[in-house]
Amino acid sequence: MHIVVCIKQVPDSAQIRVHPVTNTIMRQGVPTIINPYDLFALEEALRLKDTLGATVTALCMGPPTAAESLRKALTFGADRAVLLTDRYFAGSDTLATSYALSMALGKIGADYGTPEIVFTGKQTIDGDTAQVGPGIASRLNLNQLTYISRIVETDLERGTITVERRAETGTQVLATKLPVLITMLEATNEMRRGSIEKALEAARAEIVTWSAADVGIEDLAKCGLRGSPTIVKKVFAPSARSEKAEMIEAEGNLEARANAVIDALFAKAPAVEDDLYAQAVHHYV
Amino acid sequence: MAEMQDRFDVIVVGAGPSGNAAAYTLAKEGLNVIQIERGEYSGSKNVQGAILYADALEKIIPEFREEAPLERHVIEQRMWTMDDTSHTGMHYRSSDFNEEKPNRYTILRAQFDKWFSSKVKEAGALVLCETTVTELVKDLTGQVIGVRTDRSGNPIFAKVVILAEGVNGLVGQRSGLRDEIAPESVALAVKEMHFLPRETIEARFNLRGNEGVVIEAMGTITKGMTGTGFLYTNEESISVGIGCIVSDFAESNVTPSQLLEAFKAHPSIAPLLEGSEVKEYAAHLIPEGGYKAIPRLTGDGWIVVGDAGQFVNAVHREGSNLAMTTGRVAAETVVALHRRGEEMDALALKDYERRLEATFVMKDLRKYKGIPALLHANKGTFFGAYPRLISQAMQTWFRVDGIDKKTKEKAIFRNFRETRSVWGMLGDAWRVARAWR
Repeated sequence: MHIVVCIKQVPDSAQIRVHPVTNTIMRQGVPTIINPYDLFALEEALRLKDTLGATVTALCMGPPTAAESLRKALTFGADRAVLLTDRYFAGSDTLATSYALSMALGKIGADYGTPEIVFTGKQTIDGDTAQVGPGIASRLNLNQLTYISRIVETDLERGTITVERRAETGTQVLATKLPVLITMLEATNEMRRGSIEKALEAARAEIVTWSAADVGIEDLAKCGLRGSPTIVKKVFAPSARSEKAEMIEAEGNLEARANAVIDALFAKAPAVEDDLYAQAVHHYV
Repeated sequence: MAEMQDRFDVIVVGAGPSGNAAAYTLAKEGLNVIQIERGEYSGSKNVQGAILYADALEKIIPEFREEAPLERHVIEQRMWTMDDTSHTGMHYRSSDFNEEKPNRYTILRAQFDKWFSSKVKEAGALVLCETTVTELVKDLTGQVIGVRTDRSGNPIFAKVVILAEGVNGLVGQRSGLRDEIAPESVALAVKEMHFLPRETIEARFNLRGNEGVVIEAMGTITKGMTGTGFLYTNEESISVGIGCIVSDFAESNVTPSQLLEAFKAHPSIAPLLEGSEVKEYAAHLIPEGGYKAIPRLTGDGWIVVGDAGQFVNAVHREGSNLAMTTGRVAAETVVALHRRGEEMDALALKDYERRLEATFVMKDLRKYKGIPALLHANKGTFFGAYPRLISQAMQTWFRVDGIDKKTKEKAIFRNFRETRSVWGMLGDAWRVARAWR
């Protein structure tokens, strides 16, 4: 089985500084990280590799410095890293990004075997759109499984996959045919720490680097700023929440007090109650 | 097979200035080097004021000025002794420092170290980040042959390990090569980065272009503890900080943050920071025990460089240059032994110490070997009484109030005599002079 995990290098949002004079985001000197949501996708892919013996390719579109993120993916346990980099990709929105990535996935399929599963994170922390994964799926005509919290079963013989998808009202159990695109939810697994051998291998590894032309992109108007219909109209800081804190009165023993707090929470968000109930049923029944 | 492949010529533990200097020098000479850093990248864990002294880096990367991220070159040094409301300063400013190859720069370590690390990689060293060396691996004879890390798998093997692991020297400690650092031999420094528009900085400090100012201060700002404060101008920010000996903090019940807040609020400092925005804060230990606190530096298969070897000249506020120099000299020692095909045992590696003796590192540290203990034993005098006396003398001398100068002179002298006595002052002068030689 071949699995491709799409990762993005993003600025570490915890360490972003706004220039005090010009009020623009200071990217210089801000450390970059792998988009945290993508790590759940990568770990899920590595778990499938552990159980089913898959090859895992990490794919990243970004500037040449994004090679560092790919190297990190190799340290975690990916087998191959592909960097899609070209100045024509600069300024891509989700439409242009999903186009470029789908073209790269085409070449990955041709060169290394068609992937049965393409993973992405739920969304990125710098864009927050959650559109690139579905965009890739529709371009490549893959069944798409979004907001997945668990992979229940992968049946390679029958070519099917069964997953749990977290929805607002509960957990859906979905089964579909491979190949699929999965966008993985956060907090669904914990990234492993690569062994010293893997870390050494990653430090030495050659990162496969492709340009727009390499992946067969002929129409550059579909790339980068030119291929991006999204227009940023305004950037502003969100206003503080208007909701006031509420004091929950409770008496009695610990359990009674805990129940009072839970009841107050469920009264506000019935969907959470349904969701937790569904999960409890799943675990104990 | 993997084990054979993973035997390196040298393992460098740590990617600060000393580790980078060592790894770069070794890799450039064609040795098979692996550098292991616990941080996410070189510089992610490193903290300094920071001043870069060009000379030490120039001896490693002569063309560094063309590429390294530098902030301002220093053209003015201000030395202040302070009491609670005033400072008495000695300033040296010279346009000679606007030379083609400036002598000192302010830098931001996170950026500088990243650049230095990129040079290490370019030179051909394998740099492994987010990996902590836990202990040294020894063979039956006690020769260090490699390191174990916090990652699963086999140890990494090499002919020699250069410990550039920083002030705490944890690997050395765990491996029984050295003692825990004494609280009297280490300072805790805290600093903040204050952002200001470059025009404001230039107007406030009387600077043009990339000129910069350094302020080093001592006095009542350390509340009777052994320590100093500093303020450095960067391109669009000011680094301000203060540090004292750890054992003094323990005795005094003053916290480092209280000390820094008071320093920033001092009437001589506050106007320099006015209107700035704090964007970063950091704290770090600085080895300040000097010559007498230097641990064992070499043994069978291992060498200590940088802060781990207590290579800081506290009197002159120099550290990173000593770190880079010791890193380079250690690397040169290893290269020479490697070329001659010699064993990297304790006897052979002793050559590192001989080479260091010929550099400013050992000469300076030996020159000031008595200073740390002297200042620490008389901290009330040097960091409290004298700064107060100097301030009071200046106040008396410059205030025009109808009192004649002869009477003022007598008042100043009486103040000194009553606080410190003539013999006390002569004794202090003699002790300082002796320690300074």
